[in-house]
Amino acid sequence: MNLTLRVWRQQNANAAGSFVTYQANNVTPDMSFLEMLDALNEDLIGRQEPPVAFEHDCREGICGSCGFLIDGVAHGGQRGTTVCQLSMRFFKDGDQLTLEPWRARAFPVIRDLIVNRSAFDRIIQAGGFISAPTGSTPAANAILVPKEDADTAFDAAACIGCGACVAACPNASAMLFTSAKITHLNSLPQGQPQRDQRTLSMVATMRNELFGSCTNHGECEAVCPKRIPLEFIGKMNRDLMRTAWHRHREPLVIPSLVQLPSAEDSHEQFHEGIGSQLHEDAQQRLHEEAQAHVVAESPEPAATH
Amino acid sequence: MLEARIPSGPIEQKWDNCRYEMKLVNPANRRKHSIIVVGAGLAGAAAAATLGRQGYHVDCFSHHDTPRRAHSIAAQGGINSAKNYRNDGDSVLRLFKDTVKGGDYRAREANVYRLAEVSGNIIDQCVAQGVPFAREYGGLLDNRSFGGVQVERTFYARGQTGQQLLLGAYQALEEQIATGTVTMHFRSELLDVVLVNGRARGIVTRDLVTGQLDCHSADVVVLATGGYSNVFYLSTNAKASNCTAIWRAHRRGALFGNPCFTQIHPTCIPLSSDFQSKLTLMSESLRNDGRIWVPKKKGDTRAPNQIPESERDYYLENRYPSFGNLVPRDVASRNAKEVCDEGRGVGPHGQGVFLDFADAIQRLGLQTVREKYGNLFEIYERITGEDAYAVPMRIYPAPHYTMGGLWVDYHLMSTIPGLFVGGEANFSDHGANRLGASALMQGLADGYFVLPATVPDYIAANKLDPVSASDGAFNATKAEVKDRIDKLLAINGKRTPDSFHKELGKMVWDDCGMARADAGLRKALDRIPELRDEFWHNLRVVGSGEELNQSLEKANRISDFLELAELMCTDALERTESCGGHFRMESQTPEGEAKRDDANFAYTAAWEWKGAGQAHALHKEPLSFEYVPLSQRSYK
Repeated sequence: MNLTLRVWRQQNANAAGSFVTYQANNVTPDMSFLEMLDALNEDLIGRQEPPVAFEHDCREGICGSCGFLIDGVAHGGQRGTTVCQLSMRFFKDGDQLTLEPWRARAFPVIRDLIVNRSAFDRIIQAGGFISAPTGSTPAANAILVPKEDADTAFDAAACIGCGACVAACPNASAMLFTSAKITHLNSLPQGQPQRDQRTLSMVATMRNELFGSCTNHGECEAVCPKRIPLEFIGKMNRDLMRTAWHRHREPLVIPSLVQLPSAEDSHEQFHEGIGSQLHEDAQQRLHEEAQAHVVAESPEPAATH
Repeated sequence: MLEARIPSGPIEQKWDNCRYEMKLVNPANRRKHSIIVVGAGLAGAAAAATLGRQGYHVDCFSHHDTPRRAHSIAAQGGINSAKNYRNDGDSVLRLFKDTVKGGDYRAREANVYRLAEVSGNIIDQCVAQGVPFAREYGGLLDNRSFGGVQVERTFYARGQTGQQLLLGAYQALEEQIATGTVTMHFRSELLDVVLVNGRARGIVTRDLVTGQLDCHSADVVVLATGGYSNVFYLSTNAKASNCTAIWRAHRRGALFGNPCFTQIHPTCIPLSSDFQSKLTLMSESLRNDGRIWVPKKKGDTRAPNQIPESERDYYLENRYPSFGNLVPRDVASRNAKEVCDEGRGVGPHGQGVFLDFADAIQRLGLQTVREKYGNLFEIYERITGEDAYAVPMRIYPAPHYTMGGLWVDYHLMSTIPGLFVGGEANFSDHGANRLGASALMQGLADGYFVLPATVPDYIAANKLDPVSASDGAFNATKAEVKDRIDKLLAINGKRTPDSFHKELGKMVWDDCGMARADAGLRKALDRIPELRDEFWHNLRVVGSGEELNQSLEKANRISDFLELAELMCTDALERTESCGGHFRMESQTPEGEAKRDDANFAYTAAWEWKGAGQAHALHKEPLSFEYVPLSQRSYK
C-alpha cells in the first residue's frame, strides 16, 4: 500500500518547524509503523535528505522511548499499544497521516518527532523512590506485602514513562504519570515512612514543571500503552489530603523547588514557603470536602491553587 | 598478562577474604574521588547509585534520554536467587553448580560462587526499594521454576521483571542525582576511553543533541554498557544497544574474553519482511505445553491445519524422547535451524517452525491455556495478526545475549588498570551458555555488591595523581575521535548505514550463529574485511556532526560491529570444540550433540588488539574445576 505522510520537521529546539509531505510507498501490512518510517528514511538518505528523527529503542513496547502523534492521537490509537508495536495492518492504501511530536510546554521539541521529557525525571527525583541504601536492607520476607497491595503497586509501576498521557491531555497534565509512581510506592509497606513527603514533593514539582492540572477528561487513560487507570489520580489526591491530616514534626520541605529555574515561567510564583502554603491549601480543601460530605474518590484537580 | 586475582581459601570464603583484605577509603575522603559510570542499565544504575550513596562523586553517562530506558527493562522471566524459600533443596552451592554446569564449564568457579552468594542480598535490596515482586496470599514472596532447573528459585514481577528491577535501580539513582552525589549525563555517548600513564582516567563523549565532544576525567572508569547481540542486526536487543564502549576500550588495551560465546534464544517471533528491524522474544515457558513441528515434505506451503498428522515431523520429540520439546535453549535453536536449512521451514521466508497448542487446548481446555499464556498469545497476535489459539504459532531462534565481553579479573577490572566492567559487558560468570533468569542476577550483583567493594579498593590501594580533562592525553584522544567522525561524514558514498548493518548481520548469523564450521568461518573472515572496506569507501551519512544525527550514531556503532564481527569469527574458528552456545559442526558426539574438548579448551580466550589491520593475539586463562566435576551434557 502507499501512504501520504505529513511529518513535522524541525531541525532543533530553536528552529521553526513545519510539516513536510512524503510518500511512503510499498508499505506491507506486516511492517510495524516504525519500520515503515525506517523505509522512508532509507529513501530520504538515498535522496541526500536528512532522515526523520524519531525516538525508539526496544521496539517491544517496554522502554518508553518511542511516541508521537498520528493524526492527533498519541501512539496512533490502538488500545494498550506503543507506536513501535503498531502494525501497518491497521492502515489502508491511500491513507493520509499526520505525524507530529508530543505537544506540551514541558516537553520542548529537540528535533522532528523527538521531545525532551526530562521533566519526568525531575518529578521522580522529588520523591519517586524509597530510600534503601545498598546493604542496609532487611531480609526480603521480613516485609509482608498483602497480595492485593503488591498487585496494585505493580499495576501502577507498569508505567513506561513515555509521556503519551501528557500529550493526550488538553491541559498537558502529568497527573497520570505522577500518580502512577505515587500509587506504586505509597501502596507498599516499604513506602510508608516517606509517604507524605513523597506525595507533596512530587505533586509540587509536577506543577512547577509547567504541566497543567487534571480536569477529568480521561484522554490520558485512553492512550496509555500500559493502561494505567485514571483512579490513580484520585488516589494521589487522597494522599495529598492525607499529608494535611498528619501532624508533622517539621514542615514538609520540597528541595527541588528551590533548585528549579522554571518558576518564573509558571502561572504562579513558587517560593520557598510553598510547603506550608500547600499544607494550608490542602487543609482548606479538605475542610470543604468534609462539609460537602464528599469523599475524594473521583479524580480531582490537584489541591494546589 | 592475565592475573585473575582469585582470592585464596576455600570457595565459600573467597569473597569474604577478598573483602577483608581490601583497602578502604575514609568516608570524609570519598567525595574527593570521582568515578565515571558509563551505562545506566541494571549494572550501571545500581553501581552509580551505590557508589554515590557511599559518598564518591559519580558521573553517570547514558545515550538514552533518561536512565530508565536501558534494555535491561525488556527482560521478562525473572531473577534467580538461592533463598530456598520453597524449601525444595536449593542453596548457594546448588545455584553455583547449576550455573557452572549450565555454562558448560567455561566460567571461572570463584566468580560464579560469589554470584550465587550475593544473590540473596539482591532480592533483599530490591524488595526494600519497592520492587513489586509477585506475592503469595500470605504476603510472602512467590517463586517459580525457570529454565529447566529442578528448584523454584526464580523471583518475578509478572512478565516484566526486568522493567521493575531497572526502575528500582533507576529510582535509587534518581535519589542520588537529587542529593547531588551523582551527576547524570544523558543523551551522551562514550566514544573513547582516555589512558594516562597506562591507567583509565577518563572518557570522551559526544553530546547526541549538539554533537559536541567532551572530555571527562575521573579516578576510575566503570563500563556497564551491555552486550553486543546487535552485531547480528536482527536480535532481541534494543535498536541502539551497541558494542562501541567495550570495543573502543578493547582498542585501548582491554582484552576481549570469549567473543564467540553468544546465546540464541529458541522462542522468538520469526522474520516476516525484509524491512524487519528487530526480533521479539516470547517466553520460553511456551515450550512447556506447545509442540514443535515442521512438515515432513520440503517446501510444503499448505496451511498448518491442512497438513495431516502423518505428514508432520515433531522433530524434537522424535530426536530427544526423554526431554522432547524441553531440551535446553542451544539444542532447541540448533535443531530449528537444521530443519529450516533442509527447506522444511514454515511461514514467509521459510524461517520458522510451528509451536502448536492444539493438543494442549484439547487436554487442558481453552480457558487454562488462556490463563497460562494469554499475554504471550496477545503479543503474538499484535505482531503477526494471527490467532495462536486457532493456528499454530510460528517461532524461530534469535540472538539475545552475549556471554562474551571484556575480560575482567575477580575484581571486575579489565586489563587496563582503573577500567572496571560490569553486567553483560564483561565476560564473566556465564561461561559458554547463560541460564534463564541469571542475567538480571549478574547485572545487579555486579552493580550493587561487587563493584561498590572493588572500585573503592582500587582507589585506596593506588596513588592516583590528579589529572585534568584538558591534559594532553585527553586532547589527543578527542582529536582521534573527531577524526573518525569527520571521516564517516566525508565518505559520501551511496549506501546507508543500515544496509551495511543488515549485510554484516546476515554474514555473522549464517557463519557464526547457531552452528559454526571451519569453512563458513573462513569465508566470513574473508568477507567481513571486504565489507568493512566498502563501508569506509561507500557509506553515506546525511547531515553534519554538529546536530542530532541518528544516521551518524548508527554509522559510528556499525563501524565497531564491523571489527568485532571479525574477532567473533576468529575466536569461533580457533575454538574447535563445541561448548554451550558455541556449536562447532566438527565437534559432535555420534548422536549429533555438542562435544566439549576439556583437554584442549578448558580456558577463557582473551584477545588482544594489535592495531588496525593486524591479527589479534590470543591469551589464555586456564580454568580449573575443583568443586563442580567436569561432565558431558546429554538430553537423550
